[in-house]
Formats: sequence, C-alpha cells, structure tokens
Amino acid sequence: MTELAVTDPLPKPKRDIAPILLPVALALVTIPLIGSPSTWLTLTAASLAMGMMIFIMASGLTLVFGLMDVLNFGHGAFIAVGAYIATLVFAPFAASVQADSLWVNLAVLAPAALLSMAVSGALGLVVERVLILPVYGQHLKQILMTTGGLIVAEQTLYALWGPQIIPMPLPASLRGSFILGDVAIAKYRVLATLIGLAVFVAIQLVLNRTKLGLLIRAGVENREMVEALGYRIRRLFLGVFMTGSALAGLGGVMWALYREQVHASMSDELTVLIFVVVIIGGLGSIGGCFIGAILVAMVANYGGFLVPKLALVSNILLMVAILMWRPRGLYAVTSR
Amino acid sequence: MMILSGDPPRSRALTLVLVVIILALAATPFLFPGAKALNVAAKICVFAALVASYDLLLGYTGSVSFAHTMFYGIGSYAIAIALYGMGPNWAAVATGIVVGLPLAALLALAIGLFSLRVAAIFFAMITLAVASAFQVLASQLSWLTGGEDGRSFQLPELLRPGTVLVSKSLFGFEINGRILTFYLVFAVSALMILALLRVVNSPFGRVLQAIRENRFRAEALGFRTVFHLTYANCLAALVAAGAGVLNALWLRYAGPDTSLSFSIMLDILLMVVIGGMGTIYGAIIGATIFILAQNYLQSLMGVASKAASEAGLPLLPGLLHPDRWLLWLGLLFIASVYFFPTGVVGRLRNGGGDKSADASH
Repeated sequence: MTELAVTDPLPKPKRDIAPILLPVALALVTIPLIGSPSTWLTLTAASLAMGMMIFIMASGLTLVFGLMDVLNFGHGAFIAVGAYIATLVFAPFAASVQADSLWVNLAVLAPAALLSMAVSGALGLVVERVLILPVYGQHLKQILMTTGGLIVAEQTLYALWGPQIIPMPLPASLRGSFILGDVAIAKYRVLATLIGLAVFVAIQLVLNRTKLGLLIRAGVENREMVEALGYRIRRLFLGVFMTGSALAGLGGVMWALYREQVHASMSDELTVLIFVVVIIGGLGSIGGCFIGAILVAMVANYGGFLVPKLALVSNILLMVAILMWRPRGLYAVTSR
Repeated sequence: MMILSGDPPRSRALTLVLVVIILALAATPFLFPGAKALNVAAKICVFAALVASYDLLLGYTGSVSFAHTMFYGIGSYAIAIALYGMGPNWAAVATGIVVGLPLAALLALAIGLFSLRVAAIFFAMITLAVASAFQVLASQLSWLTGGEDGRSFQLPELLRPGTVLVSKSLFGFEINGRILTFYLVFAVSALMILALLRVVNSPFGRVLQAIRENRFRAEALGFRTVFHLTYANCLAALVAAGAGVLNALWLRYAGPDTSLSFSIMLDILLMVVIGGMGTIYGAIIGATIFILAQNYLQSLMGVASKAASEAGLPLLPGLLHPDRWLLWLGLLFIASVYFFPTGVVGRLRNGGGDKSADASH
C-alpha cells in the first residue's frame, strides 16, 4: 500500500483497454487472410458503417437495462416505427429525394429522421407508462409485456401500411462511392459512420460531462443510493427510455436507407442482432455496446467474405467466444 | 387421481371445461365431419403438449426461453428427413425419433450449461439468438432440409388416408389411416401431458418451483439450481421434440413456417399465458382457445372487416382484416399478463365453487 498525501489527486481507476484492442486486432488479423488491401479497406468501411447503425439502435436498450433493470424485448418495434415514419416524409418529396443536390436531399432526410425520432420517442413514453411501469422489478412479466407490445406494434404497422415491402430509395447524392485509388467506399456508409460517431460522442459527453450523466451513471451503479439522495430516478429513467427509443427510430431510418426497403419484420431480425451486441458489450455499458456493435459488424462482413456459410452463425460463435472470456460481457457495469 | 399425479384441476368449472375439450377432441372424427375440423383438433393436441412442455420452463422454473420452437423444429425435421430419405416405412419413423429426440436434449443441455449459470435475463436473450441462428441454418442447408420449401414425405402404409381399416358398412363410419394417425397424435400428446404433470408434482418439480420463487434461497438450501434448471430444460426440449414429431407425422411435411418460425414461438407464449402459467392444464385450454381463434376468428373478422369497409369507416377495415387477428390476441395477451397473470385456469380456480382454491388468497 502506498501512502497518499492529502494534496495528491485520487488514484485513477485502471483503464481496461483489452476490449478496445479487440476490434483492432480482428481487423489486423484479417488483412493477410483477405489478401487484397483494397478489398480489406472496403470491408472495414462497411463494418464500421454497419456497426455504427447497430450501435445507434442498441445504445438505448443497454442504458435502459443498466439504469432500471428493464429488458425491453419490444425495442425492435421502435426501429420499425422509425423506418415507417420516414417513408411518410419520403413519399411526398420523392422529387427532392431524387434531385442531384446534397443539400436538397438532406433537406428531406433531416426532417424525416427528426420526425422518426420524435414519433419513436413519443411511443417510448407511451410504452414506458403503459407496459413497463406496472411491472417494474419483475423480469418475467417485463419480458412478456414487452414481447406482447412487439406483437401489437408489428401488427398495427401491417394494418396501417399493409404487409408489402416498401421501397426506400437512397437519395441521389448519397448513392455511389468515393473512389480512392482502387478502394471504393460507399458514400452512404461514410455518412452512417459519421452519424454513428456523433451519437457515440454525444452520449459519452452527456454521460461523462454533465450532471444528468453523472446521475445516470450513478443510477446504473446503485439505484437505491441515487433515490436516497433525493433524485427522482423514475423520471430520469423515463427520459433515458424515450431517448433510447428515439435513437432506435433514428437507427431504423438509417437501416432502411442502407437496405433501401422497409418492412415490419425488420424489427425481429434486428432485435436478435441488438441483443447479441448488448450481451457482448455487457448489459448497461455504452462503451461495451459500441465495441460489441463494431465486432458483430466486422465478423459479419469479414466472415461473409471469407467463409460465407459460417456467416450465418458467426454472431453466435462470437457471442460464445466473448462470454467464455468474460462471462458478463466486455465491460461488466452493473452488479446484477 | 393416480393418473393425474395427485394434481387434479381443483375447480368444478375447470374440470368441466377440460372434460368437454378432451371429449370433443376424442370424438372429433365422428362428431365434426370434414378435413378442417380434424386438422384443427390434431393441431390442438400437438400444441397442448408443446405448450405444456413450455409451461414446465416458463411456469415452473420462471425462465423465459425463446428456443422452444427450435426443439419442436428438430423433432419435425428429424422425422421428415428420415422418412424422405429412407422411404415410407416404420424403420424411418424409428430412426427419426431415435436421432431427433436425443439431438434436441443434447442441444438443450449445451444451451442450459452455457446460459443458465448466468442471470435469467441472459437465458432469454441467448436462447433467442441461438434459435434465430438455427432457423437461418435450417433454411440454408437446403440439401438436408429442403430450404424454404421444407420436406414433404409419405407416411408408412398403415397411416395413409387411403388405408381403410374398418369400412363404412360396419358402423356407418369409415375408419382409415388418417383417423388412426389422429388417434396416435391424440394418445401420444395425452401421454406427454400426463408425464409432465407427473414431473411437476414430483419432488424435482417442487425444487423447480422453489427456484422460481427464490433461486438464491433454493441454492442456500443445498439444491444445485443449475443442475435442476438444465434438467428441466432438457425434459422440456424432449417433449417439444416429441410434439414436433407428431406435428410432422400429421402434416406429412416439415418446413420453416410450420415448425421453426419465430411466430410459432410467440404463439406458444400467448397460449401459455392466456391459459395460465404454472398449471399444465392451462396449456390445454390456452392451445384450444388460441387455435380455435386462429381458425375460426379469422373468418369472423373477415365478415366484420367487410362490413366496416362497406360502411365506409376509416382504419377499421385494416384493423379487422383477417390477417390482423394476432393484433387482437396480442392485446389480449398484454391484458392477461397485466390483469390476470394466472390465466384462464387461475380465474376458473378462484372463481369456481371450490373453497380450497380460495383459501390460498
């Protein structure tokens, strides 16, 4: 034990950097396997973009669990709702979407994304009040209630929009790729990566630099203590839940544009992916969720290129491997 | 009492409902003519057993699994692939059972050992991920499973509809291979449900309930909770695979939509919750209500939807469209989790005339 003088700063907690190195190592290891550096760069860019989109969708889920011990199986519904709402904006402005000007395109895209976020966030409010509030602290009922919510939301989407797949064309100026030498990187992927990074940085800033973030982090660590200090953690939680839902909506719009189509079943498909990410990252950890999303996307992209058959179960293999290494995910935040 | 393992329905109303359902199912080939009624009855039998096995997990151990259709699908596909590959004979049926059931139990063991050690919530998420991977795998390995088309196959001679066992002139009914298959499904399902009833009323079942109520305390009392949970998971998987075998035999087909899809998983959840968790009897009632609704509510909704669209109402035609029946059952599901978590069985037990059930309140 070293003696601390009164004037010394408190010792900093040790940084756990092994998980951060994991995606880097994975990327480096695959260079010789893939062979061609240009293919590798394209795949890496694709993984980053896909990872960012998954991160945006998963971040809300992991925070909601960390803060309030609520596992929302209906999280996927917010994704689908966000995507459908965006089609509402896209349809009447189809001409502007196809105009060959970045600014005109963005003038449609930005309001569409904002509206999607607003509607998903509002839906989050309703879901939290109606479905989750009555069953706080009861895991089994939470899972059942939110699964029921997922069914109802999906069926309502079918009822309102019909069961067919709705095409969602990418705006004209976001199509195509940047060509650097012999490397082609799709423009939309660059945009998706930038948005994802912005969301990550914003979340980190709020969590680490504001009082609100301090309360959220404290709540994740020990809810009762925060309550005992007189903060209304329920209200804090509602805010986090709505933000998470809104982010899921944003992710839904981005994913729909990435796939260029919208369908209510996208919520099922993405729910699984998000769960894998959240488990890998460690329930409640934003940093873990970020790394987990990139890892999942990397395994999907590299795996799909190297051994296409394996890509089908690559997520599960990744999850098993990570849980063997760290049974509670990359970063175990909560004590639960 | 012996046959019910000392766990009777404990309510006059519930007993009556169960007796009516079982008698109606048993007499379906004679009471309700037509292929549709027989199909519905067989489906109720298969799902009653499947849902009962899920109840062992959800109702008695309190762990939510999303991989139950995977085991169901393993049973279905094992029979389908065996009969498709080896031709319509009894050796193929035996092979399917001998391969399928242990495979399901082994997979359940692996998942259980891997994920039941950690928090219950992990189990739900991991089973969901594994099940979805299995579903993709089944549709991609098309040389084995027939991909999205699935596998159709011929049944052994004795079970074919063309085989007339007792001709119409004798009793006024023709008893053919189809009806024999129905009774096979009925009998095996009933046996599996009775076996589950035995399991949940054994000392082992009591430990499972103790784990559900307070896992920490059960562990402190010296029970190896992981062992018990994994064992229950394997038993449930075995019965689910058995139900899958029956399903494939009845449909003469196994495919992703009928035996693997995620929507079947949701159906099972709906049935077990509406019927009543932790009762086993709830499985029979839940399956009956759900499958009757699935088959007959839809036509009712079609009429209502048409009427609404003729009246020129907005939105309603879409909401009442026959394909949207799951929407209404979803709402019923949420309402039943919220308002009567014990389901129909719990309601009947508390509302019916039996005093001993009231005492526990």
